[in-house]
Amino acid sequence: MRITADTNRCVGAGQCVLTAPQVFDQDDDGLVTLLLADPGAGEEATVRLAAGLCPSGAVTVHED
Amino acid sequence: MTQAEPQVVDFPLRRPGAPFPPPGYAGYRGRQGLVLSRLPNGDRVWLVTRHEDVRAVLTDPRISSNPEHPGFPNVGESLGVPKQDQIPGWFVGLDSPEHDRFRKALIPEFTVRRVRAMRPAIERTVDERLDAMLAAGDSADLVADFALPVPSLVISALLGVPPADRDFFESRTRTLVAIRASTDQQRDAAAKDLLRYISRLVAIKQKWPADDLVSRLLAAGTIAPHELSGVLMLLLIAGHETTANNIALGVVTLLENPEWIGDDRAVEETLRFHSVADLVSLRVAVEDVEISGQLVRAGEGIVPLVAAANHDDNSFECPHMFDPSRSARHHVAFGYGVHQCLGQNLVRVEMEIAYRKLFERIPTLALAVPAEGLSFKHDGVVHGLHALPVRW
Repeated sequence: MRITADTNRCVGAGQCVLTAPQVFDQDDDGLVTLLLADPGAGEEATVRLAAGLCPSGAVTVHED
Repeated sequence: MTQAEPQVVDFPLRRPGAPFPPPGYAGYRGRQGLVLSRLPNGDRVWLVTRHEDVRAVLTDPRISSNPEHPGFPNVGESLGVPKQDQIPGWFVGLDSPEHDRFRKALIPEFTVRRVRAMRPAIERTVDERLDAMLAAGDSADLVADFALPVPSLVISALLGVPPADRDFFESRTRTLVAIRASTDQQRDAAAKDLLRYISRLVAIKQKWPADDLVSRLLAAGTIAPHELSGVLMLLLIAGHETTANNIALGVVTLLENPEWIGDDRAVEETLRFHSVADLVSLRVAVEDVEISGQLVRAGEGIVPLVAAANHDDNSFECPHMFDPSRSARHHVAFGYGVHQCLGQNLVRVEMEIAYRKLFERIPTLALAVPAEGLSFKHDGVVHGLHALPVRW
């Protein structure tokens, strides 16, 4: 599993940071930034939840 | 797509109180497509009630948030709130890309980290309100004495309102939301007082910048000073009554479900369960768009009902049950899409601290009237309680 985060789409709701704080953070502008682009199996469920909760579709999970 | 003339229902429906939402919503969700409704002023609007459809509407670029577009639903007017001109900086009424300049400037002020740093100040505010309540006797109106002042004081601190002016600020914000205890003229005067005060605050921060939100936004320069007053007014309106009503309704629900007192998951479930901003996310189609098989023409109004979506049993098991263990993070109580509530993480922290301190410091807290006697805001845009008599 690989994740990408699009700061152009991000609206800073912070849902990803609340859901998976080991994987997502907010930068000085409050926009999404990845702490881990390739999280381990233990994070999969929370990462998927975070992507589904993002109100602006800024977080994408790639299955490659 | 059905060709028959669809049945038109009257809207808004009367709110039964708790549990919210109106029972009629369940019937709407079961219908094919959307529900055509008639507002008291005669306007026809489409109601969107299923969780999946509400999320789709709130993220569709062919659907606008701008009330200047013909056909925009005027639910507020139909409830007696006069229609007002758009004030500069009122960016919930703008679409991308115009909207984004305002949102981007404000995002850093509401990050999870920034809100976490506000915790000690919020805890102090909550403690001070409880001190005052306890000193005054063994009963209180939890709306007037706690739920309304806490978010008002939090917002005034956030905006950089000096302590000396916080009573002024709090009294005007209180008048603004007291739809039963104050007249239209009093509310209008309070709104003007606040806007004048906020404009002056902006002028003062221009001259003497400090370490606060207004000074930082002025320094960043992407929002003009005359727009900034509208932005600040919006933060106040969006963050005050909604938070207060969630605090008060949540306390009632916790008193009725005491096994959840002390469990922070009650915050998220309260947001879903009561969905106080049911009538807030209004939209209009600016192109023809098909939603759930229903063709909506450009210029037709759309009302995505977040309370209906949050009680959709396709997305939430036994939605009428207050069950904090469900972890219903996918609710749309804060809306969805680019307009999703900017202050949502601040609200969560305010609610969590309010419940925790209230029940920690007053374990014998109880309703002072029978639950059936509580007075709900059937007539307000935001759902809530007029008053919440409690004793201890």
